Amino acid sequence: MTQSGRRKAFSRFVEILCGAAVLLALVPLFFVFFYVVQQGFSSLNWDFFTKMPKPVGETGGGMANAILGTLYLIAIAGALAIPVGLIAGVYLSEYPRTRLATATRFTADVLNGIPSIVIGIFAYSLVVMPVKHFSALAGGVALGFMMIPIIARTAEELLNLVPGTLREGALALGATRSRAAFSVMLPAALPGIMTGILVALARISGETAPLLFTAFNNRFFTMRLDQPIASLTVQVYTYAISPYDDWHRQAWAGALVLVTVVFVFSVLARVVTRRLERMHRT
Amino acid sequence: MAPSSRRSTDDRLFRLGTGLFALFVVLLVAGIAFELFRSSRLSVQKFGFGFWVTKVWDPVAGDFGARPFIWGTLYSSFLALLISTPIALGIAIFLSELSPKALRTPLAFLTELLAAIPSIVYGLWGVFVLVPLVRKLQVATPDWMRKIPLFSGPPLGVGMGTAAIILAVMVIPFTSSVAREVLRAVPNTQREAAYALGATRWEAIQAAMRYGRTGIIGAIILGLGRAIGETMAVTMVIGNNPQVSWSLFAPQYSMAAVIANEFTEAADNLYLSALIEIGLVLFVITLIINGLSRALIWSVTREVKVKAPKAAAPAVEKAAA
Repeated sequence: MTQSGRRKAFSRFVEILCGAAVLLALVPLFFVFFYVVQQGFSSLNWDFFTKMPKPVGETGGGMANAILGTLYLIAIAGALAIPVGLIAGVYLSEYPRTRLATATRFTADVLNGIPSIVIGIFAYSLVVMPVKHFSALAGGVALGFMMIPIIARTAEELLNLVPGTLREGALALGATRSRAAFSVMLPAALPGIMTGILVALARISGETAPLLFTAFNNRFFTMRLDQPIASLTVQVYTYAISPYDDWHRQAWAGALVLVTVVFVFSVLARVVTRRLERMHRT
Repeated sequence: MAPSSRRSTDDRLFRLGTGLFALFVVLLVAGIAFELFRSSRLSVQKFGFGFWVTKVWDPVAGDFGARPFIWGTLYSSFLALLISTPIALGIAIFLSELSPKALRTPLAFLTELLAAIPSIVYGLWGVFVLVPLVRKLQVATPDWMRKIPLFSGPPLGVGMGTAAIILAVMVIPFTSSVAREVLRAVPNTQREAAYALGATRWEAIQAAMRYGRTGIIGAIILGLGRAIGETMAVTMVIGNNPQVSWSLFAPQYSMAAVIANEFTEAADNLYLSALIEIGLVLFVITLIINGLSRALIWSVTREVKVKAPKAAAPAVEKAAA
C-alpha cells in the first residue's frame, strides 16, 4: 500500500473507533434502563404508591412514606433554594462585571463540584448537631444547598438570553432598575427558568448521600420538620443492601420511579430549551 | 426629594438587596470550609499528618488511619479514568468532527443522559447485575492469571474493579461533553490548514486536539473530580473492606464510602471528627481539581467568546458559544 493509502486507512480506522466509543457508552445506558424497566415494572403495583412499609420480614407493603418524604424534602429544598438562587441570578445578570459577581460565579461552580456527601456533613453540623437528632429540615437544607448554584446559574443564563433592549425600554419609560429586573426581565425569562428549576428538582430528588445522616430514614410518615423522614432514594438503598427478596423487588420499583421522573424532566427541558433558542434567534 | 434621586436610591437598594443573595452563595462555601475545619480539629490535633499514612482503622480502640480510604479513592478514580478517557474522547471527537448532522443532537442527548441517572440507581444495577457478572468473570479467570497480584483474591464480585467500571460509566458523560465543547471552540482554520497541507481527517482532528489540548486535559480532570466525590454507587460495589491492595478483585474502601457507612454509627467525638477530617480532605481535593479543570477549559473556550459581538446581542453570544 502506498504511504498516503496507509494514512487514509488509518484515519478511517480511528474514525470507526470513535463511532464505536459512542456505541460502547450507550451499552451501559441501555442495560441500566433495560433492567430498571424490566425488574421495576414487574414489581410496581398500586400498593407501592399507597401502602406503608410492612414490618421487617413480612412481604408486601409499599413506599408511600418514602414518596411523600421525597416530595416533602424537595419542597423544603425548593423553598430555600429557589428564592436565593433566583435573586442571586438576577444580580449576576444585572451586574455581570462586578467583583462580587465574579466571586459568586466562581463559588457557585465550586459548590456544584463539592461531593454531595460533604454537603451532608455540613448540613449535619449546621442543623443536626445543635439539636442532636436527625430531621426533615436537615435533609431539606442539604438538598437546598445543592440546588442554589444550579438555579442561580440557570437564571443568569436565561436572563442573559432576554434582549437587553427590553431593559433599556423599561428604563427609558422611567422604571427603576428593580422594576425593570423583576417586572420586565424576569417574566420574559420565566418559562425557561421554570424548566431549569424543575430539572434541578428532579435531579436533586435522586440524591442519596446527603440524606443518609441528615433526614436519615423513618418507617412512618410525619410532617414534622424536626423528625427523621424517609426518602425514596435512602429507602431504595436500605432495601438494596438488605437480605430480603421482597425488599429487592421494591428497590427496583423505586429505581424505576426515580429514573422515570429524571427522564421525563430531562426530555421536557430539552424541548423547552430548543423552543426558546429558536424563539430568540429569529 | 427629586424623582431622579429617589430613583438612584432605589437602584442602590436593588443592587444591595440582590447582592446580599449573591453574597450568600459565597458565604455558603466559606461556611462549609470553616465548619469542616472546625469539626475535624479534634482528629487533626490527635493524629496530625500520621492520619494519612496509618493503615489502622479501629473505632473501638480509638485508632484512626485513613490510608486505606485515600488509597481506595485514588486507585478507583485512576482506574475509572483509564477506562473512561479513551471512550469519552472518542465520543467527543465523533460528535464534534465526524457525526452526520442529523445524528449529532440525539446522540449527544443520549450520552448526556448517562449523567442524569441517579447514582443510587447505578448502585442498585451494580449490586444485582454487574457484581454477579464480574463474579462469573473472576471464577473463569485462569489460575496462572490469579497468581498476578493484579488479579489475586477470592472471586467475590464486589471489589476495586467493579467500582472502577461503574465509576467509568458515570464519568464518561462529564468528560465527553466538556471535551466536545473544547473541540467546538477550536477555530476551523486549524483543521483547514491541516487539510491544506494534505492531512487525512484523523490528522486534521489531531491538529485540532493539539490546539485545544489544555482544555481537553481540563475535561479529563473534571471527570477525575466527579469520580473522587462519587459516593453511593461506589459504596455499594467496592466491598467496604479497609485494605490497601493492587488487586482488582479485592474488596476495598473509599473516602466517600466510609463517611456514608459509618457517620451515623460514630459514637464518640473523636470518631466523628476523624470522619469529618476525611470529608475535609475530600472537599479540598475536589476544590483544587475543579478549580484547575475550570481554568484549563476556560483558557481554550474563552477565546471564542471574546470574538463574538460583546454586549450588543447576548443571544448571539450564546448561540456562538
